[in-house]
Amino acid sequence: MYKIRSKRYLSNDVVRLTVEAPLIAEERRPGQFIILQAREDFGERIPLTIADADPAQGTITLIFQVVGKTTHLLADLEEGEAIINLVGPLGKPTHIEKFGTVVGVGGGIGVAPLHPIAKAMKEAGNRVVLILGARTRDLLILEEQMRAIADETIVCTDDGSYGRKALVTEPLKELCERVPPPDLVLAIGPPVMMKFCSATTLPYAIRTVVSLNTIMVDGTGMCGGCRVTVGEETKFVCVDGPEFDGHQVDWPNMMNRLRAYKPQEDAARAAYREAADGRRREDR
Amino acid sequence: MSHPAPEELSEAARTALAEILGRSEPLTPKDRLKIPAQQMPAQPPGERRHNMDEVALGYTAEQARIEALRCLQCKRQPCVEGCPVRIDIPAFVKAVGDGDFDQAVAIVKRNSLLPAICGRVCPQEVQCQQNCTVGRSLKDVGKAVSIGRLERFVADREREAGEIDTPPVKAETGKRVAVVGSGPASLVVAADLRRKGHAVTIFEAFHKPGGVMLYGIPEFRLPKRIVQTEIDTLLAMGVEIRTNFVIGRTRKLHDLIEKDGYDAIFVGTGAGLPKFMHIEGENLVGVFSANEFLTRVNLMRAYDRDRADTPVFDMRKVAVLGGGNVAMDCSRCALRLGAEEVHLVYRRTEKEMPARAEEVAHAKEEGVNFHILQNAIRMLGDAQGCVRAMECLRYELGEPDGSGRRRPVPIEGSELVMELDTVIVAIGNESNPLIKQTTPDLETNKWGNITVDENGATSIPGVFAGGDIVSGAATVILAMGQGRIAAEAMHEFIVGKSTRRKRR
Repeated sequence: MYKIRSKRYLSNDVVRLTVEAPLIAEERRPGQFIILQAREDFGERIPLTIADADPAQGTITLIFQVVGKTTHLLADLEEGEAIINLVGPLGKPTHIEKFGTVVGVGGGIGVAPLHPIAKAMKEAGNRVVLILGARTRDLLILEEQMRAIADETIVCTDDGSYGRKALVTEPLKELCERVPPPDLVLAIGPPVMMKFCSATTLPYAIRTVVSLNTIMVDGTGMCGGCRVTVGEETKFVCVDGPEFDGHQVDWPNMMNRLRAYKPQEDAARAAYREAADGRRREDR
Repeated sequence: MSHPAPEELSEAARTALAEILGRSEPLTPKDRLKIPAQQMPAQPPGERRHNMDEVALGYTAEQARIEALRCLQCKRQPCVEGCPVRIDIPAFVKAVGDGDFDQAVAIVKRNSLLPAICGRVCPQEVQCQQNCTVGRSLKDVGKAVSIGRLERFVADREREAGEIDTPPVKAETGKRVAVVGSGPASLVVAADLRRKGHAVTIFEAFHKPGGVMLYGIPEFRLPKRIVQTEIDTLLAMGVEIRTNFVIGRTRKLHDLIEKDGYDAIFVGTGAGLPKFMHIEGENLVGVFSANEFLTRVNLMRAYDRDRADTPVFDMRKVAVLGGGNVAMDCSRCALRLGAEEVHLVYRRTEKEMPARAEEVAHAKEEGVNFHILQNAIRMLGDAQGCVRAMECLRYELGEPDGSGRRRPVPIEGSELVMELDTVIVAIGNESNPLIKQTTPDLETNKWGNITVDENGATSIPGVFAGGDIVSGAATVILAMGQGRIAAEAMHEFIVGKSTRRKRR
């Protein structure tokens, strides 16, 4: 049992949980993730990136967007309650070293996993430039924490409600054109964003690392459900990743695989919401 | 195969047993050979392909006794020879024949820790039953004494009567053992070492213990409550089980010794890395490894669609690649999940299939279509990136290869296309690299299997290994046999006598 120490909504549908998991807090490195099950027996296993950890407190921080049934269930848990099953840290940690200038691009909820990586890159002596993107102002998370790390921060929203009215690829292109250009780009966010960030940096031949969040079951290399095509090879996101060279990832295939269970996911979410509405009506 | 109703089989057995017991003369070997082999009562194929309940229903007491009376109690005991854990088969079968079922199960359990499981999933026809004198006399291995079914019967009877005794545990030695993984090899190691008084902790990566018996073998072949009973026995003995714990990630192997103070470690992590064909289109949506498909269905219980949150792919026409037990399990699960057509594609013939004859027969009875001497060469996708067809080649058998089986040779120009929406790749497993990657000094062979000596000792003192991580994908009973040997060596190691490897 993994007790929830604190819970906070960062936006309308983005939740931050601090969870007791002392061993994971001790072992985890930036870039790694956990898999959890929000209810016993019939619950599904979903991967979530570790946004932060506090070994002294024995806690890890999870930041997630409420999108499917399991994240709904998770968001319904309150402080003092526990997550029934949680395993990690999984995946290979981010390769941290002094590259020079590192550009981090975080889109939406992707800002959360980018946070510990950006911090580690800064601590390793890099100049860190961050691009934070969100659909609209309310969905922008961790701005203050990110600004505290970065040497330079660019915020943009799709609708222009805050910062620049632009997609993250626009400032990314400008950074690529600077002299000297960045030494490394790290893009974490929705697949389509990572795909276009990779396409943006390709002509400049700037190494671009992306962090993939595919469908997983075990997270230890056993099932292969998370596999992606990288270059000519098949890779398992859970043990070979989650970070890959964005220029090599077969994006259409990866994005199609993410949608494999869409009808079932939509139905499960609808059924859950309907049941939750029913419970609320009864409460009244 | 005909399918008499269980009541019919039971009635016939009752009559036959009464007749035998009413005789004044003892049974001669000739009489025994005339006793009809008892058929296993089973759910009818048309019915069972729509449910996940166990297919084989188990002998009645009368059936068990009659089947046992077929044993000649021959001096040669080829059955014991064929048993990887050397159960005293003639003695236990005799006890069944005498109706002394308590004695029978006690004899079995002297050597086998998990009889209810082995009685169900062991390939008896190539082990204890292969050279049975009865089968030889009747010139049909299928007519050997059904040792496995008798083993299952006595174990089930004990469990259902709630009579399972918790094995006695010796006084605490103060020594601590870590067991990595909770499949059959690990469970045996845990039980054997706990019995000797050592503190045992099992580390399992999944949220439930049981390994392949839980995530791999389907409910209709091995009900999960039976695995749970074995786990409960271990817990009652004082074994600690830590789920959600990945050795190599949550803790490194060396940390268990250096930081956590374990005196010895057993690695039984299984062959958990699915093999793929490495052909075009294999990553299309709708192409799954057997591991993923079976884990969703079994461990995550996706077959219970109304209750399970884990989805299973919406499938109509399914192809399963492979000819082993896992391929049969996948095919039969697919039928039970509502697939309209299931096609098993195997590049050799039925004779070379590694699957048990019984599983092949069950799959056919349930309506799985077999396509032998055929293999996939590429998968074709639609505009959404979903698999829509599979291109295959026909094969013929050539000269024997390294495995002793005749090598399948592709027939030029024999390309054919199968339209389908789901492909399950069940061509085996390689060893999971996680522990190897994070434990550089652990020696492995070129297939990534951990190298061990005859006692299961690895290249790291105090670290032992067994099961599929050592032998590649094999059987439950072989894993158990290796677990038993390793447990003995670990005990020796712990109490101070060094292992052979260490003396060197």
